[in-house]
Amino acid sequence: MHRTSVPLLWRRFKHHYRLLGNHCKTCKTDYYPPREICPTCRRKGVLEEKEFEKKGTIQTYSIIYAGPVGFDKQTPYAVALIKLDNGPVLVSQIVDAPFDQVKIGAKVTAVFRKIYEDGKEGIIHYGLKWKVV
Amino acid sequence: MDNSKFRVAVIGIGLTKFGEHWEKGLRNLAIEAGVNAVTDAKIEGKEIDAMYIGNMASGRLTGQEHLGALVADQIGMNIPATRVEAACASGGLALRQGLLSILSGQHNVVLVGGAEKMTDMSVDQVTTTLMGAADEEWEGFQGLTFPGLYALMARRHMHDYGTRREHLAMISVKNHEHASMNPIAQFQNKITVDQVLKSTMVADPLTLLDCSPVSDGAAALILCREDIAKKYTDNPVYIVGSGQASDTLALAQRKSLTRLDATIMASRAAYKQAGVAPKDINVVEVHDCFTIAELMAVEDLGFAEKGKGGKFIEEGNTKLGGKIPFNTSGGLKACGHPVGATGIKQACEVVMQLRGEAGARQVKGAEIGMTHNVGGSGATAVVHVFKK
Repeated sequence: MHRTSVPLLWRRFKHHYRLLGNHCKTCKTDYYPPREICPTCRRKGVLEEKEFEKKGTIQTYSIIYAGPVGFDKQTPYAVALIKLDNGPVLVSQIVDAPFDQVKIGAKVTAVFRKIYEDGKEGIIHYGLKWKVV
Repeated sequence: MDNSKFRVAVIGIGLTKFGEHWEKGLRNLAIEAGVNAVTDAKIEGKEIDAMYIGNMASGRLTGQEHLGALVADQIGMNIPATRVEAACASGGLALRQGLLSILSGQHNVVLVGGAEKMTDMSVDQVTTTLMGAADEEWEGFQGLTFPGLYALMARRHMHDYGTRREHLAMISVKNHEHASMNPIAQFQNKITVDQVLKSTMVADPLTLLDCSPVSDGAAALILCREDIAKKYTDNPVYIVGSGQASDTLALAQRKSLTRLDATIMASRAAYKQAGVAPKDINVVEVHDCFTIAELMAVEDLGFAEKGKGGKFIEEGNTKLGGKIPFNTSGGLKACGHPVGATGIKQACEVVMQLRGEAGARQVKGAEIGMTHNVGGSGATAVVHVFKK
């Protein structure tokens, strides 16, 4: 049994790989993941694609010891909400650091990594994880 | 509800035991709770005009969808039967849909139920399925789990307000103590703060004993128009306030990480409709899927100032015998959390309290009660106020 269908994530490659979200020209708000309409301006909103800089700060974090399907071999792993320096807040994993370096306020930068393997016959998903700088 | 000329009464409640029901499937549990509610209400099955069934994930957990028709089929009726889904708030929302259907004038007597069969799946499959209540495409993709999402909120609450792990542990200890007096509860054993702190870490800072369990169970209520309630019972309980609100599916997009705005909005709507304030409430069932969720509920429902929830709990205010007992059923933590059933079970508990039928865990003189049911990490909240 696969966790995720292939096209479901294929549609998101550019957003996951390049940190591509969007921006509302009317209210100047950034969105990641990209939104279909600006929830503030709605019909008056004008959305355009925007690539965010891969730098941010940890707002909060956790260490996950019991993982879901596809992540069970990675446990324990750190996850965090990251406020991008020039963008919104996103959720991702923190890697390449002992857990005691994962702290609120720590500066992080993105690295390209394997996210998870979807079973023995499913595809391997890639995307961004983050490391403490 | 403000403009309606009548109120809606609860005239019957029905529950199954919550826990691991290896010998019972989804349909067995749903029917058992429904029959118990019909029996309690002393009505004939044919008097029921419609049914609303709360369920989150029967398709993924058991392979069975189309629950409305399934339940109607099992009881041999052709009435409208509708499944309602709002993740962990499915039960609370089924109650609200039943309530609205009566207030609309469409129906006179309605059965609202909730059921979930979770233990046929392995724990990691359940964990994955529950992530469907969050933003699966963005949070699930990164390996987040439900304990993980609530752990992110707990960590920030501790950072901003000095909330300690002991405060969270006290919630589990209290809920296990309440559950020890509830015969349907999944865990009727008492635990200590030390046990909570030392149990297996699930998502730091939350341990296994900070988390609600995987459970099977069902619950049901019979609702009817106020003017016909006395025909069936001498002690109807009225639903006097109902509120529902939504928020972003993903935690990252919330305005705050230390409160649930949907809870604040839904509860303010319910308080306003009922014409009551937190100080008037005598007993409350809140959505403690994780201990931090109950702590935030203490604050977001208006019982303590933001950031002071830990202190309020430490002072014993939320215990049975305290200022405002929280989760006399044992809550999701100790009574169990068969997801779709939870919102209805909360209402059953409050009705028992207001009828004075809660046995050893009775809140003396309880007249006004409240339920608070949350879906996802706070994307849906449903609040109801009940009065004798």
